[in-house]
Amino acid sequence: MSLLHFLRAMWGIVGRELWRFIQQKERFISALVRPLIWLFVFAAGFRNTLGMAIAPPYETYILYEVYITPGLIGMIQLFNGMQSSLTMVYDREMGSMRILLVSPLPRWFLLICKLIAGTAVSILQAYVFLGIAWFYEIQAPIQGYFWILPALILDGLMLGALGLLLSSFIRQLENFAGVMNFVIFPLFFMSTALYPLWKIQESSALLYKLAMYNPFSQGVELIRFALYGQFNQDAFIYTLAAFITFIIAAIIGYTPSKGMMTRKGGE
Amino acid sequence: MTEIALRIEDLSFSYQTKKALDNLSFSVAAGECTLLLGPNGAGKSTLFSLITRLYDTRAGKIELCGFDVKQQTRQALAKLGVVFQQTTLDLDLTVTQNLRYHAALHGMSRKLANQRIAEELERLNMQERRNEKVRQLNGGHKRRVEIARALLHKPSLLLLDEPTVGLDVPSRQGIVEHVHRLASEQQLAVLWASHLIDEIYPDDHLLILHKGQIKAKGTIPEVLSMTHANSIHSAFKQMTQEGVS
Repeated sequence: MSLLHFLRAMWGIVGRELWRFIQQKERFISALVRPLIWLFVFAAGFRNTLGMAIAPPYETYILYEVYITPGLIGMIQLFNGMQSSLTMVYDREMGSMRILLVSPLPRWFLLICKLIAGTAVSILQAYVFLGIAWFYEIQAPIQGYFWILPALILDGLMLGALGLLLSSFIRQLENFAGVMNFVIFPLFFMSTALYPLWKIQESSALLYKLAMYNPFSQGVELIRFALYGQFNQDAFIYTLAAFITFIIAAIIGYTPSKGMMTRKGGE
Repeated sequence: MTEIALRIEDLSFSYQTKKALDNLSFSVAAGECTLLLGPNGAGKSTLFSLITRLYDTRAGKIELCGFDVKQQTRQALAKLGVVFQQTTLDLDLTVTQNLRYHAALHGMSRKLANQRIAEELERLNMQERRNEKVRQLNGGHKRRVEIARALLHKPSLLLLDEPTVGLDVPSRQGIVEHVHRLASEQQLAVLWASHLIDEIYPDDHLLILHKGQIKAKGTIPEVLSMTHANSIHSAFKQMTQEGVS
């Protein structure tokens, strides 16, 4: 088995995913509409209610829209990660996943390819969102748009790996509604995407702890600092550790001898 | 000596407490077309999931061209072409895009992939449909594309899981003829799960599976003499009605 085989297969899987994404215009539009509504409607409405103190990486008072933007990029990646997971469950139900799993490649490699493909799609969405936000006068320093890329890659991989892990547990597409209620909403609302930690601490000590240890929060902070050209080491280490944990668990979940696949079997 | 493409020894499998396969042993040689007959719930899909390594083999052994599916998974899977019961094509991609995706998974170069795609589509009279989206094809044509895809990497064993379900009679006949021709002309080993007796050719081997056990195996005359039946239909009925009240 040559390196060329691996590269060709990776290009095949990533290329297919990107092509599908470009073809499915509704998916692209809906992926953008969600954060834009939050930005144009929710954030604008709360602009005067939620005052933001000066806290790193910001060096001056900022509007709520500016604060919420990295959180909404996180939201794009969170939904994208879950969308990839939904696609995996759908593909498994429809059978097209079988073609992938019976190809002569290690399963971990196939999962990594799927993960890279999903992350690439989410980065594309994030940059389009940032472009629209620019015209809405939410503008970060130019170099921030470059530094955000590695943060987006790591955050996308972490959330995608979480999605893969969930997909190894979800047997049917119908159960996916549960993911919305039990994973997406808690991760998003119990995080620093919408409000800073110090503000959460004022309301509830428990919520503060939950938000602090929420990997989604750490991913959002990594993005927030990167957008202003700064490196948040703690957030980086936490996000990386979460990614490694999720991907290892997902690979185990998809390994025939160890994971959920056998237990899911049936005629 | 004829090369053995698939060898199964003492294979058993259970879903928690329910035994799905019970001590199966058989082999399929190159150029041989083996029809796996069994009613719904006989264990056919479980057997296919084990051969394709979608499930883990816990008891027994499966070898593809001498490679142990559990220990040498990748070498074994490289020898295998599969057509699943459900369509596994991407409906929004064209015929060629679907086939190229499969070729990429098998590490083929673009040039080799294009050459093989043209060959296989030509053989199935599908060349002119190559740029159509799969969604636009009828059931019979989709199946042909899936067979072409399963053969792109020149496997030694072709697994077919009830590929003709839901097809009209001419489409069904076309596929049955094509697969039998492949077995005889290209020395391809074929394991074909079916519950349609009329898909059997006189030279085929039979494997009757019922409640996870092999009830009969061999050529048609062998199965008929074993069961003292005068037709495969009655032999099948006799074998699969045992224990049914």
